[in-house]
Amino acid sequence: MATTFQSPLYASRRRRNRISMALAFAATAFGLSWLVLILAVLLWEGFSGLSLSVFTEMTPPPGSAGGLLNPIAGSLVMTTIAVLIGTPLGILAGTYMAEYGRYDGLTTVVRFINDILLSAPSIVVGLFVYEVMVAQMGHFSGWAGAVSLAVIVVPVVVRTTEDMLILVPDTLREAAASIGLPRSMMITKVAYRAARAGMVTGVLLAVARISGETAPLLFTALNNQFWSLNLNAPVASLPVVIFQFALSPYHDWQKLAWTGALIITLAVLALSIIARLLAAQRRSS
Amino acid sequence: MSMAAITVPTVTHTPGHVEDLTEKVSVRNLDFYYGDNRALKNINVSLYQGKVTAFIGPSGCGKSTLLRVLNRMYDLYPNQNATGHVTLDNEDILSSSQDLNLLRAKVGMVFQKPTPFPMTIFENIAFGIRLYERLPKSELEDRVKHALHRAALWEEVKDKLGANGLSLSGGQQQRLCIARTVAVRPDVILFDEPCSALDPISTAKIEELIDELKDDYTIAIVTHNMQQAARVSDFTAFMYLGELVEFGETTRIFTNPNDRRTQDYITGRFG
Repeated sequence: MATTFQSPLYASRRRRNRISMALAFAATAFGLSWLVLILAVLLWEGFSGLSLSVFTEMTPPPGSAGGLLNPIAGSLVMTTIAVLIGTPLGILAGTYMAEYGRYDGLTTVVRFINDILLSAPSIVVGLFVYEVMVAQMGHFSGWAGAVSLAVIVVPVVVRTTEDMLILVPDTLREAAASIGLPRSMMITKVAYRAARAGMVTGVLLAVARISGETAPLLFTALNNQFWSLNLNAPVASLPVVIFQFALSPYHDWQKLAWTGALIITLAVLALSIIARLLAAQRRSS
Repeated sequence: MSMAAITVPTVTHTPGHVEDLTEKVSVRNLDFYYGDNRALKNINVSLYQGKVTAFIGPSGCGKSTLLRVLNRMYDLYPNQNATGHVTLDNEDILSSSQDLNLLRAKVGMVFQKPTPFPMTIFENIAFGIRLYERLPKSELEDRVKHALHRAALWEEVKDKLGANGLSLSGGQQQRLCIARTVAVRPDVILFDEPCSALDPISTAKIEELIDELKDDYTIAIVTHNMQQAARVSDFTAFMYLGELVEFGETTRIFTNPNDRRTQDYITGRFG
């Protein structure tokens, strides 16, 4: 008599399992190899250009030596302002959706719109801010750049805040209510505390997302060859400089573009690692 | 067992002891709805000062729902409504003008699953105290210590008050939650299956604790465990399908119930 392991049904299931395993491995290897290739080329091309002068000198005219100080500074300033504008808005909206308006029809509508905003092409955001700010003010500006980045930050933070707060068990809210805690304190002292790591992760992910955005800045902050942190005037940023330099015919500009790309990638990598660590901490606590 | 008792739910108060008892919480003609679903049907029951009242019955009979009316916990959720009269010290707690935070400060609750706040052991207790009183540091420390003593947890945590409340074992977490509740100085404490997630030793500790706490508090406990009800309570209410079938002294309910359904449940014929 055939045992279970010799039955044709079991054998065919085993065969199918082997085939799907092999396919899954192949697909993973295919996907990962491109990622590794991109990173390898980036490191190869960008690493040789990394030097102190990259962080101390301005973007050069073609043919002379220079660095990326003004776009690095511009990116840092605009990203910071965008996060400062976007984070409170996103956290407040996410808090409303998860805590006060969890059972409201309004929340469903807001969530739907937020999801659209989340996946909206960033060039649309750039055009929008161009219309409402740049066209009204009559010139490109760092403020417009920061606002367009903030518009991208908001939906990311709304989404992660809501998700993380919904993960906080209702029993914890009931426990807070059971000692007579008013709702506002239940949220700020208990729910935020329980969801903190996840919410910070959301903000970090938003920073990672906007630090590589080029399209919204092209229409708003434009670019600046010189040192300027005047937010009422065009401000340089790493993505736009990379865009401009990479498309140029000059070898030294292309070299700087590679270096800039490497800097952004390393910064995003660092942020992602921090976000991971925080998420791990949330799971363990 | 009279014929009437079989068909009509009876609320029997024991005549011999009534004069000693002060009615702390009174529930009269209470109905409760989850949306259109009537989960509690015309409940009449009393919690007496300094006594432990146990609510027993099969799953879904409305015991926890009834408990959650007593501190209006259901108010956190939409489409949940209670009608009838529930009074605490003769004050109507179902009225819309009732201050819910104040009510919940007077009627504390301990949950099935231990729910320490995500903060240190000390803060878990001090947090509730600070809500109502501004105390100097030393006095606050005394109050925290006292609450942990009351919950029989002090000896185990006195050297690690700065540790996260979530680092304690399940039984310790539950006692931490009891300490947190006690620290707010409530009049009534509601226990919603407080031992169902705990091992037998932790369960015994909690039961001991409930016995000690009843000198100072009025206690209601929902439990699936009939032995537990028999051990810790002075009064027992048996609920079935949203009705309160029988209410009376625990010794009588467990030895000589009036209602057939009570008899069947406590003898393990259903439930």
